[in-house]
Amino acid sequence: MSQIRALIVDDSSVMRKIVERCLRQAGLDLSEVQEASNGMEALALINKSDFDLILSDINMPVMDGLEFIRNVQGIDKAKGIPVVMITTEGGEKHVVEALSLGAKGYIRKPFTPEQVKQHVIPVLRS
Amino acid sequence: MSSPQGVLADDSTLETWRNLLSQAAHEVFSMMVGVELTTPDQLETECNGEVTGMVGLAGALCGMLTVRCTKSSAVEIASRMLGLSAEEAAVQGMDAIGEVCNMVAGAFKAKINGLEDKCMLSVPTVITGDNYATHSLIVGNRIEVQLLFQNQPMWITLETRS
Repeated sequence: MSQIRALIVDDSSVMRKIVERCLRQAGLDLSEVQEASNGMEALALINKSDFDLILSDINMPVMDGLEFIRNVQGIDKAKGIPVVMITTEGGEKHVVEALSLGAKGYIRKPFTPEQVKQHVIPVLRS
Repeated sequence: MSSPQGVLADDSTLETWRNLLSQAAHEVFSMMVGVELTTPDQLETECNGEVTGMVGLAGALCGMLTVRCTKSSAVEIASRMLGLSAEEAAVQGMDAIGEVCNMVAGAFKAKINGLEDKCMLSVPTVITGDNYATHSLIVGNRIEVQLLFQNQPMWITLETRS
């Protein structure tokens, strides 16, 4: 798999670091990792940089993950970038809403590195 | 799975939810911290950790879930979650407790049949200091689970208002 530019969106800096570590453990060759602590910050980064993969929490201040993914779909340069949700909100309602908004995967916290690998690798290959 | 119907109406429901809260905490620490929590032989009479993570619940179940521990435990948890030395992880202790609290709340509500989509979680808040009291406008129920993290006490509390 070629080099991946990843954007990790979570209001917890600890969780952002854990997600990055899981991606590396999954064997991804990360050429660049940028972090945002909410959806608004993430949108600003998307407008400035190019990404191959986005992982986003749902419950965040300022702009939550569902609003973020809704906005991402309206940005031409972001169309086609796979978004995987990583969240404590594992209810069917949230999963269905996230997938209907364009999310390609859904990982529930707490998670193992193996679960991250299982959800992210197929998304990058598709 | 338990059910949100007749929330905490009797002692058996309280005991069931206490067990589910304990299970949720064990899962989070096992998967995200890499530590198996243990049960103390003797319960502490006072809850005196200096770091408290809080997550609000709203909807079918209203209330507050807290995870409280010592400052050194908070740093150790961050250290283990990040794979860093305690010195390097020191500044992340509060963030780690907030996120642990968030995950315990999520794992707990997932165990109550029908609650997951009907109960929302707030973003976490973390309090530092050991001399404080919380006051709710509505009297509800309180479930407390005491566990040990690396032989240090940890308190996980659910206070409900509905």
